[in-house]
This record gives sequence, structure tokens and C-alpha cells, in this order.
Amino acid sequence: MTFTTHTGNRGLVLEEKLIFEQGQAGRTGVDLPEPKGTKSRLGGLDRDSDVGLPGLSEPQVVRHFTRLSQKNFGIDSGFFPLGSCTMKHNPRINEKVARLPGLSDLHPMQPESTVQGALELMDQCAHWLLVLTGMPAVAMSPAAGAQGELCGMMAIRAALDARGENRRRVLVPESAHGTNPATAAACGFTVDSIPATEDGRVDLAAFEAKLGDDVAGIMLTNPNTCGLFERDVRKIADLVHEAGGYFYCDGANFNAIVGRVRPADLGIDAMHINLHKTFSTPHGGGGPGSGPVVFSDALAPFAPIPYVVRTENGFRLVETADENDGTKPFGRLKGFHGQMGMFIRALAYMKSHGSDGLRQASGDAVLNANYLLARLKDKLSVAYPGYCMHEALFDDGFLKDTGVSTLDLAKAIIDEGFHPMTMYFPLVVHGALLVEPTETETKESIDEFCDSVLHLVGKAQSGDAEFFKNAPYLTPRRRLDETAAARKPVLRWKPETA
Amino acid sequence: MRYLPLTSADRASMLETIGASSVEELYSDVPDGALLDAPVDLPSHLGEMQVERDMMALAAKNTGASSVPSFLGAGAYRHHVPATVDYVIQRGEFLTAYTPYQPEIAQGTLQYLFEFQTQVASITGMDVANASMWDGATSCAEAVLMACRATRRKKAVLSGGVHPHYREVTETYCQYSDTEVAGRDGNPEQQATVEELDDLIDDQTACVVVQYPDVFGRVQDHTKLAEVCHAKGALLVVVFTEAVAFGAIKSPGSFGADIVCGEGQSIGNALNYGGPYVGLFATTQKLVRQMPGRLCGETVDQDGKRGFVLTLSTREQHIRREKATSNICTNSGLCSLAFTVHMSLLGEDGYRRLATLNHENACKAADALDAVPGVTVVNDSFFNEFTVKLSKPAAEVVETLVAKNVLGGVPLSRLYPNRSDLDNYLLVAVTETNTDDDIAALADALKEALA
Repeated sequence: MTFTTHTGNRGLVLEEKLIFEQGQAGRTGVDLPEPKGTKSRLGGLDRDSDVGLPGLSEPQVVRHFTRLSQKNFGIDSGFFPLGSCTMKHNPRINEKVARLPGLSDLHPMQPESTVQGALELMDQCAHWLLVLTGMPAVAMSPAAGAQGELCGMMAIRAALDARGENRRRVLVPESAHGTNPATAAACGFTVDSIPATEDGRVDLAAFEAKLGDDVAGIMLTNPNTCGLFERDVRKIADLVHEAGGYFYCDGANFNAIVGRVRPADLGIDAMHINLHKTFSTPHGGGGPGSGPVVFSDALAPFAPIPYVVRTENGFRLVETADENDGTKPFGRLKGFHGQMGMFIRALAYMKSHGSDGLRQASGDAVLNANYLLARLKDKLSVAYPGYCMHEALFDDGFLKDTGVSTLDLAKAIIDEGFHPMTMYFPLVVHGALLVEPTETETKESIDEFCDSVLHLVGKAQSGDAEFFKNAPYLTPRRRLDETAAARKPVLRWKPETA
Repeated sequence: MRYLPLTSADRASMLETIGASSVEELYSDVPDGALLDAPVDLPSHLGEMQVERDMMALAAKNTGASSVPSFLGAGAYRHHVPATVDYVIQRGEFLTAYTPYQPEIAQGTLQYLFEFQTQVASITGMDVANASMWDGATSCAEAVLMACRATRRKKAVLSGGVHPHYREVTETYCQYSDTEVAGRDGNPEQQATVEELDDLIDDQTACVVVQYPDVFGRVQDHTKLAEVCHAKGALLVVVFTEAVAFGAIKSPGSFGADIVCGEGQSIGNALNYGGPYVGLFATTQKLVRQMPGRLCGETVDQDGKRGFVLTLSTREQHIRREKATSNICTNSGLCSLAFTVHMSLLGEDGYRRLATLNHENACKAADALDAVPGVTVVNDSFFNEFTVKLSKPAAEVVETLVAKNVLGGVPLSRLYPNRSDLDNYLLVAVTETNTDDDIAALADALKEALA
């Protein structure tokens, strides 16, 4: 039964105004003591106009954000197979320990003697990452995966400069995430795209043909963005090294191999690890992430400051380059020492799993993805043959002539109560659908998802395009006009002018 | 393992559906010898109780900033975070969501981002703000790169009042893009004049970067500097480390700044030993398409109802690849939510009162410390942080204070390790969290340490 309500609310689906439309002057959600009226010493720059913030009471604020939260889909809400993003369960113990006052209430500039536990924690987290990757060094400070890439590529640039070589070309597979070419460009490199083979891997012959004495290195995601393991990865490493370049591995998909394959054994020189993917620190609606970078011996001396060292007298935080210890840091990436809050959560996650559990997690992630692939492959079009790693990639061939696009299908999946897969990435696959179930999903939830997708695909193929064009129907908002948003951007609330 | 639901029966039946004999077979593309046949040399899994015990043991080896009188600032500030903030950010619908790629089921995230952008634009006095950056220092670097794009010039002039870490990050970001970072050395005793900065501006200068209040705590008017910059075709970038300040002082927008960016940790976010924090980034309407990072915009849905989406993404790496305005992807989503919730609780009255209380406490502390023999307050103006000159090297004094259970401040030698002329200076931050007893404890401890 459809009818409109007086309020616009629909039962538990509540409309919610902006805080700016709810406030009243004189209201506040905090009780602060009355100022004493001290004469100010603000250099004559005392604020003389209103900021323009609305006044709300605490209960109003709680209700506002509770209502907003109810318009969101999270991992806690349901199956969230967003490929390449690794939306696995976020354990609550990690949240709890990250809030221990002895860990969260530490100022980054406290004297070392008062933060020995924090430095030890960073050192422990680093140790787990080093053993899991088999690499000799790690930079903990990068703020997110993209900054990890920046860290790795800057180390390569610094190493080349130290060699006195002016190599400026970086080879990047065309399937790479957009951050790869953007990062290379930010480090002053030019990007040369490597084509893929029919089976979704780097075209080795094309790659070899592109090598030369102006090549700084390769940025290769492994497992790659098509969810496949690069079979020729060692050969690629050997070739790039023989050509005098370095091997930057994008570790976004490390979760597929953690505990089973050490990237060091594949010949890499640097790799960032997204703690919010492999080690399940919460995605938080778009961060904060954390992107430590492991380094080979060749790049380790160029790692950024600051970093933690263990000495006879405890842990020390090195904040400036010491010419005497042989290091040549390329600089500083972040205001302070790294995403400590994320290190705490990642370490709790690693300790919870242990070396046995991490191995089990990667195996189950790959098993779940292959099971999903097996269940869908006959009705959808698989992008590349063979087993996948932690995610299954389809192209939109199965929608050909239906009038239904990947986007339309995704919107219909929303109505079924799932978060859709990643759409239109990687770009090398037409109308890509990248599905990553992760290891924390049950067989039952994967079955339910597959049954729903198969149902929808049948519906699409039976010629009901109109139904898909207008999906979703059951969400707090239906399809949003993104073109209008970009044409005339409204990026903030403004009071209505009379 | 408690997070892994597959049973042996599940695995067997799934392998059968797949047509594989074992999980190892699924890894058949891994080169010979690289597939490990046993767990790596790390401890085995632990129950929740044991993990908590281990982490508590690490926590016990630290001195929590709130467990003793504490006066550290220099880019991170201890403020009271209302309980509501932590409640909201732990709601699973926020905590476990991702970038709002499907706006129909992410209106919660998108609406708070729109509110966040409005709050940031309001406090900085600018037209628009983005959906956050990683922290204040990276925001500063990105602002310089943005100014270079907008002006097609390749040089940035940094005032000596800019936090040295911000400067280092900016230099790091600029070093491989042929962008020159010029500037002056910081001096707590003397502020750079507009004329001195003016001398450094040439026809290749994309921007001048000043910090407000500056790293030594001083509050300076930059209206004239903005005019000088604009006359020479350069932009004025104002960075900040203390977002509470704008409740008490004029906004950088009122000076005519083109980009205003800095650290938002002070509002809603714990100290977290340096991260995660939240970079705030605001600019003028004119420059919006040169901005880095994600932007949330208002639109309507198919039924004509107001809704929000990520917008202007043609600036971003996933569309523009090597031509993007920045490589940033994930930002500081949950930290920006914490900021938004705290700011919503404060409102106009609360925000301004919080700022006033910070300033009043700082005034009280400055007077108390100035009366201590061997301590001189250097600043004429400050918000909640000021520099004092001591009769002994500040790093040693800080260590002595630790023994007296006082975290006394940040010695400038830690920020400027190569500047022996600054050894005796200490940076002291005072917030609403500091009591009269804290201030007395600091003054007493300093008196003893300097005697």
C-alpha cells in the first residue's frame, strides 16, 4: 500500500533535516563553566562576528546522528561484497582496546620515557608486518594506502637520485587503481601503461619491450585488481631489477595471501599494506586508513622519518636523520608518527588471529570468492578463466541486449538488502562487477546473495529493463542526480536570504 | 577462530561446488616455492580476554596525558570529548560503512559530510570546504600544490611561524615536483614582517603560507599580507593547528585568505599519540575545482527529494589518474564525523565559550609562569599556547618535570633539532581541561627545576 504521510517519514525511515535547519540560538549540547571576563591577549583580533553554528541540545544531537546512521549500510548491517575494498568484520575488541586511556590519551610529543608502551606497540605491529611479508624494514607513518604508495615511490625516487640516475618512467598496468598513476605523477614520474593479456595478467612480452634505462620501476598490484595472482611475478621482478628499476607492489590485496605467501619471496622492493583492508581496522565511512610500507634492503635507508628503534635503554623515536647511521630519509609524510589508533586495532586483530588464524583467514577469503564465482559463473560472464583469489570479476556480457547496465543491476541488488559489488572497476573490463565476499561471511549469506543475483539476472534477461532503470525503490533516497550536483555544485548549507 | 564462520563441512561442500580438491589448489598460480606450507613464525591465535590483557599491559607502560597535569600542544591538543561523540562514531552504520559509492544507502555519511563541510567553511570564514584530508600537515602540503596548479607557478614561501613538521611535509611533497619551498627560519622573539615576506615573493611565487595562531602561539593579522600576495598574483594560504581558536579570534577568511587548512583533531578527536587526525581544508568558490580530496554536494533524487552525493570527482585519481589534483583516496571519514558531532554539540555558544575558556586558562597560566624565577613569557599575543624562555635548556627541564609527574610542554629543541639558539624555549599549551591545580603544579615544578 503506498500513501504519503504528513511528515514525509515512512515508519522507521525518518526524514532528517540538516543540523543547520534545526538549531535555535541560545541552545547548546555542552555545559561549560562561565568565563570570568579576563582581558584578552589575542593581539586585537578578537572575533567580532558570529560563526554561524546552530544550537542543539545533547538529545537533539544524539537523535540527529542516530537517524542519519539509519540511512547507512555498513558491514554490521549486512553482506557488503565491495570488491577491492575488503569489507570484512570489524571486531569490537579492537575498538575497546584502542580506547584504553594508556593508549588513546597520549600526546605525540610526550617525552619518550612516558610512552614506552606506545613505542613498543608500534614496534610489535611492525614486527608482525615484517614477518608476514618477509621484508627487512617497514615505514609505519603513511596515513593511508595512497600515502603508502607515495612513500614507496618517493623512496624509489630517492634511491635513484642517490645512484645519480635520472630514470623517470614508471610502468603501470592499465588495470591499476587510479591512485597508482596519480602517485607516480606526484613523485615526478611519467606513467607508461602496460597492457594485459587475455587472461587478465601483465603482458610479459609487452612489459619486457617497455624496459629500458629510463625505467624507474613498475607499480604492480598483486594479487591484481582483477582478483588474479600474477603468475609471472618473479619473472617481472627479475626483469625490472635487471633493467635497473625497482618493483613497487601495491599491497591492497595482501589479504588474499597473508600468512601463505611472503611478498619478499616474490622479489618486491616496496609494498604498502592497507591496515583497514587486510587487518580489518574500520573503514569508517571513508577513513581513517593506515598504510605502512615494507621495504627491501635496497630502499630501506630512504624510509621516511619518524621511526621507532629498539635500544638497550628501551624504545626510541627517531625524528631527525642521523648522518652517522647510514640512513638517508626522503623526508616526513605526516604531522606526527602515524595512525597509532589503527596500529592498536591492527595489532589486536593480528594477535587475535595469530599466524594460524591469518592463514585461515586468507584461505577462507579465497575459498568464499571461488565459491561465489562457481555459483554465478554459468549465468554471469566471468571476465577471466580459472580460479580467482579473494574476489571474483565479471564483465557485463551477460547483460548484453537486455537494456540493463551494471549500474542498474547494482541498484536492484540494493533493494534486495545487500551492498552492491564494486562497479566499473577495474577499467579494463567492460561494465565490471567486482565481488569480494571476504572470509567473515557464512556460506549461507553467500548463497543468499548468489540466489538473489541469479534471480535478478533472470529478470533482466527476461526483458524487464524498466524495473531496473528505476531501482532502487525501497531506500531512504532513490537514484540521485549526480549530473546536477556537479553542474552547479552546492557544497555547503547557507541561510536563506530574504 | 571466532571471526571465521566456515565449518569443515562448509569448506568441503564449497570445494566440491568449485571442483577443487583443496584450498591450496586455488593458489596454484603462486610460483613454485613461494607458497608456504605452514604458518609463519608468529604466535598462535588468542582469545579476546588474552588480547585485552596484552594490550592493557602495553597501555600500563605509558603515562596517559590526562593522568597528570599536562601542557603539551604544538599541533595536537587535549580537549574534553563529550561521551556522545564516541557513542555516535561507534554506531556500526557509521563505523563499518565505506566511502559512499552507493549514495542511496549512504545518505547518513553523505549528510554528515555536508554538515562537516559547512561547519569547516563557517569556522574558517571561507566559501567551501572538502570532506577532510589526512591531517593538518598533509593539508598544508596539498594547499601548496593546489596553489601551484591554480597559479601555474612553482614556488611557495613559508613563513617562519609555520609548524616545522608542516614545513617538512610540504618540502617532502614538493621535492619531486620541481616546486621550490622558500621561507624564513622561525623566531619566537621576533615575528616576520609583511615587508620581509614581501621580499621573498617573486613572479614564480604561487603562495605565501602563514600559520594562525603561529607555531609559537602568536596571533597576527594577515590582512595586509593577503593584499601584498594578491597584488603579485600569489595566493595566501593560512594554516592552523588549533581549530578551537576560531571561536575566539577572527577567521582567516576575514583576512582575504585563498586557502585555509589545518588540523581538526582538537574537536572531537582524542590525542591518539599522533593519529588518526583530520585535516580541514577550505577555500574560495573560485578555486573549488582545484581542490584536492572528496567533496559532498547537494542534489535531488528521482522523486525530487533532497539528497547528497560525492561530486566534482573529475578532479580525482579514480577518474583522472595521473592528471588528478591529488592522489588522496580514503580520507579521515570517522574523524570528520567525530568533529561534526562535537561541533554540533557545541553550537555557536558552546564553541565560542570553549574558545574563551581556553584563552582565559592560558592567560592564567602565562601569568603564573611569568612569576616563576627563570621563566619569561615571550608572547605578546596568544590563544591557548605560548612560548616561554627558561634559564636552562627546555628538554632537560621537561625531563625533570616528568619526574615530578608533570608533562610541562614541548621543548622547541624537539621541533627544531638543529637550532641550538632555541634550546631554552618551551612551548606551553593550556586548554579547558587544565585546572587551577594543574597550573599551580606546573609553576611549582618549574620553580624547583630552575632553582
